[in-house]
Amino acid sequence: MFYRSHVLVCTGSNCNIKGCQGITEALRRELTRLSLEQEVRLVETGCLGLCEHGPALVVYPEGVMYVRLTAADVAEVAEEHLLKGRLVPRLLQPTATVDSGYSLNMSPFFSKQKRIVLKNCGLINPDSIEDYVHADGYIALATTLDTKTPTDVIDVIKKSGLRGRGGAGFPAGRKWEFTRWATGSPKYLICNADEGEPGTFKDRLILEGDPHLILEGMIIAAYAIGATKGIIYIRGEYDLSIRRMEHAIAEARKLGLLGQNILGSELEFDVEVCAGAGAYVCGEETALIESIEGNRGEPRFKPPYPAQQGLWGKPTCVNNVETLANIPAILQHGAEWYQQIGTANSPGTKVFTLTGNIINSGLIEVPMGITLREVIYEIGGGIPEGRSFKMAQTGGTSGGCLAEEHLDIPMDYDSLAGHGSSLGSGALLVMDDSHCIIDLTKCFLKFFVHESCGQCTPCREGTPALYSIIDKLSRGLATESDMRLLKRLSRTMQSSSLCALGQTAPVPVLSALVHFNEEVEAHFKGDCPTCKCHTARGGRQSAN
Amino acid sequence: MLIDVTIDNVCVQVPTGSSLLQAAEKAGIKIPTLCYHPDQSLKAVCRVCVVEIEGQRLLQPACTYPVFQGMQVRTNSPSVREARQTIVELMLSSHPQDCLKCPRNLNCELQSLTQQLNITQSPFPTLPREYQSDSSTFSLIRNPNKCLNCRRCVEACLDVQEIGILYSTGRGKQTIVGTALGQDLNELPCVFCGQCLQACPVGAITEVDETERVWEAIADPRKHVLVQTAPAIRVALGEEFGMPAGAIVTGKLVAALRRLGFDRIYDTDFTADLTIIEEGNELLERLQHGGTLPMITSCSPGWIKFIEHTFPDLLPHLSTCKSPQQMFGALAKTYYAKKVAIDPQDIVVVSIMPCTAKKFEAERPDMRSSGFKDVDIVLTTRELARMLKQSGIQWNDLKEDTYDTPLGISTGAGAIFGATGGVMEAALRTVYEVVTGQELEDIDFKSVRGMDGIKEAQVELGGNVIRVGVAHGLKQARKLMEDIASGTSPYHFIEIMCCPGGCIGGGGQPIPTTNATRQRRIAATYQVDKEMPVRKSHQNEAVSTLYEEFLKRPLGFKSHELLHTHYTKR
Repeated sequence: MFYRSHVLVCTGSNCNIKGCQGITEALRRELTRLSLEQEVRLVETGCLGLCEHGPALVVYPEGVMYVRLTAADVAEVAEEHLLKGRLVPRLLQPTATVDSGYSLNMSPFFSKQKRIVLKNCGLINPDSIEDYVHADGYIALATTLDTKTPTDVIDVIKKSGLRGRGGAGFPAGRKWEFTRWATGSPKYLICNADEGEPGTFKDRLILEGDPHLILEGMIIAAYAIGATKGIIYIRGEYDLSIRRMEHAIAEARKLGLLGQNILGSELEFDVEVCAGAGAYVCGEETALIESIEGNRGEPRFKPPYPAQQGLWGKPTCVNNVETLANIPAILQHGAEWYQQIGTANSPGTKVFTLTGNIINSGLIEVPMGITLREVIYEIGGGIPEGRSFKMAQTGGTSGGCLAEEHLDIPMDYDSLAGHGSSLGSGALLVMDDSHCIIDLTKCFLKFFVHESCGQCTPCREGTPALYSIIDKLSRGLATESDMRLLKRLSRTMQSSSLCALGQTAPVPVLSALVHFNEEVEAHFKGDCPTCKCHTARGGRQSAN
Repeated sequence: MLIDVTIDNVCVQVPTGSSLLQAAEKAGIKIPTLCYHPDQSLKAVCRVCVVEIEGQRLLQPACTYPVFQGMQVRTNSPSVREARQTIVELMLSSHPQDCLKCPRNLNCELQSLTQQLNITQSPFPTLPREYQSDSSTFSLIRNPNKCLNCRRCVEACLDVQEIGILYSTGRGKQTIVGTALGQDLNELPCVFCGQCLQACPVGAITEVDETERVWEAIADPRKHVLVQTAPAIRVALGEEFGMPAGAIVTGKLVAALRRLGFDRIYDTDFTADLTIIEEGNELLERLQHGGTLPMITSCSPGWIKFIEHTFPDLLPHLSTCKSPQQMFGALAKTYYAKKVAIDPQDIVVVSIMPCTAKKFEAERPDMRSSGFKDVDIVLTTRELARMLKQSGIQWNDLKEDTYDTPLGISTGAGAIFGATGGVMEAALRTVYEVVTGQELEDIDFKSVRGMDGIKEAQVELGGNVIRVGVAHGLKQARKLMEDIASGTSPYHFIEIMCCPGGCIGGGGQPIPTTNATRQRRIAATYQVDKEMPVRKSHQNEAVSTLYEEFLKRPLGFKSHELLHTHYTKR
């Protein structure tokens, strides 16, 4: 059946919160009312990316995106655009104009992106395995099983230079290799979808938008490392991700893509979903394993690493959602193709979630090495309400605070690490000049105080101690010895905490001390330049 | 294979798989630790033992980090010293600073650590926690405010005893070792064994101190105060006075108790011998008349509470004999009272026990068969040591003394009750001779001795092979119980002791009690046995006299009234 138009309605979680369910229903009613059901196909897709402006839909073939919709707006879009073929200018996405670039491909939000992981996200119906197969889905798996040995696969991934997208950036191929050659069976493959980093929602939207991509990545990974059992550990709050993933697994099983003799090969592999219970630390791979085993979610000491002794003491490979989402494309197009994208040490793309004081907050995928300035001002549309840029935090709450002078550094693993920050989870928090750096730091620390698992001394006792020093500073009461203690405590937490949570909790504080030194000095003297802190000289009481 | 490691410029060779802590020890360096316990799994949670490994960005815990060839380690570099000090200061920031009044004062690992690191002030403000102390039981007091979250008690409860009452609760700064829903210990299947207390590096778990009640009784001229000492005390008390583990101090113990002012110094070993007569006859009775088998010993109150909670359907397997402590109490206020013509109301029975569960046992409602509370006050080995220190009696100057008669007369068989396998061995010595009428050639049943978790032996008794099993620690006990429940137990008679190593490793013993100290106390126990002139319970003349004068016969009416008991499903 052929349709004149396709209407793609975003049903990702962010639009869901804003009422996309009502939009879909209204649109369906309107199509019936206007007798357009045979001409216009309505598709419920994953995230379109412009979360800030949702609920949103795109009309193809024109590629026109309508945003901030209400049910009443939908009637107008149906009547005007779908029936009469006229644009509705007031509902177009922010940078689009009727005269020139109304197609979404011409908007910098989309044109500056490079979509590998998100290629199907917002285009296909995530609940339809047929849609995925139509979009070349499972081709990489089929050709891999036909033409490559497991070691070949590992070699391709090693050659591609793909690094783990969960935060640490460990080379994915090497991780697979360790698990492949570890003794013990069965071997487990775990997809880490316990996305707990504040301001990060990429894994959620990838899972919601293209669950089969993750499954395909996992099956290839299982083939490479020799795993027979896969677990997708999804954050418990991600109900839609869990539902769609479970549906995808059931469909894949039906078609023989999971289970025994996958696609007629010798490969045996099956996957189940495990829901997390809400602790941030369970995103750490060994805490995640403890949680699956039914224990308190606390990191294990390393070595031994999961590749040697992971789930139930067996060799286990834990990969982030986004890492696995890159696998099919790399095998389909080759390591050389992948290496050409991004930078030498950080090939490929990176999915970011833009949040904070930025016009286009939402989900984007860009080549590694793009500058902060391009992301914030071109893709992100800049800072709203005419305010100016104050700071950006990359990598989530444990990332460094970057200032104006860092806007032109390339965003990749090594450059950001060189400036005391990290790529981390892919969160990008932008703050305008109305915010106080000390107030923000307090807010970050409060998160760690709450989320420390309490197992090791430096983190359990250190996070609240660090918070109380910053609190003192915010009130203009910090002394010279407090500032020395702050640094000593931070060094100890970084060097001696059991896991990355405690090791990185001081990062935002330390980067603020360096990059926003003047503001820190002002607080030390009892002044809060942005009047956010209740300092000794007055000013507003902080919300934290 | 040996691996070369350089620690603080000292080269050592250690086997593959060694930890840095072990390598450092070989290099003559004691790296400070806290959550590390020699008998437990590695935890690496306190982070006190972090060291610097060349080429690594992070400091690594020496307790868990495995050695590798050519490793260069620094244990006193500026960054290590700074981290170590900061970590201990952080611990101090949430630990109550009431050391002077703490039962663990001068025997506290946090104190030693603070002193070792030369920490004289802490830059972090002390933020006291406000958890409720749990003093709901007769045995233990838990004060979570002192907890350092080292989790050694958690492992003692969950892995050694497999009870799992204590575990980490809360998160972040609110993380604390606690119980399910914050319940008190008396609401839970806690057996009061005190192994958690033995594992605790500080004073977060302590025994209920009853020394004042003993001082009062001694000072009361109307009271006739008897004291009984358990077999395990004489091989452990010396440690409280700086003697090596396993020092035998029987004579000094008796002398000290006399100096404290007790009217008679008696020995639980006497009723241990009596237990053998009663229990041995009970076993023969069950063997001959198709009673419930295997029969299981009933001396260990933690074990009794465990089976009552966990295997209530197996209670008929328990011997109905009271423990030696309770037999002593019952006889003291009947037989002895009559003999010395003192109103039992005026007799106070104090026991010195290696055990915190004994405090609970003495309070059991069925332990009043004399018409009075059979045992009035139970002190642990540690409490006795505290009384002695309070009294000013100089341990080193004490001249050896001997137990009073008749309740202080005992045999080597009674003495070995203190070690795992001891009750079994004592029983076999007697049962064999009673059944066969022949003298046992080799009375040392070595197969039931030692620290193996489960031990077994077979004895031929008048043509029948009797199979016996011995377990210590409730984890091992559970295995034997599961076999009984599933009908696969091969044994006729089983000895179970709640604590690892038996009573010598009890929750009331000197701290620290580790497997190494347990081994030495066990060796001392068999030494005591070896030096006794009589080593079989049925040859204890005082016990024979007791039967002639009072009990008439084993399992007789009086025995049932005073020496046997029943159990409760919990």
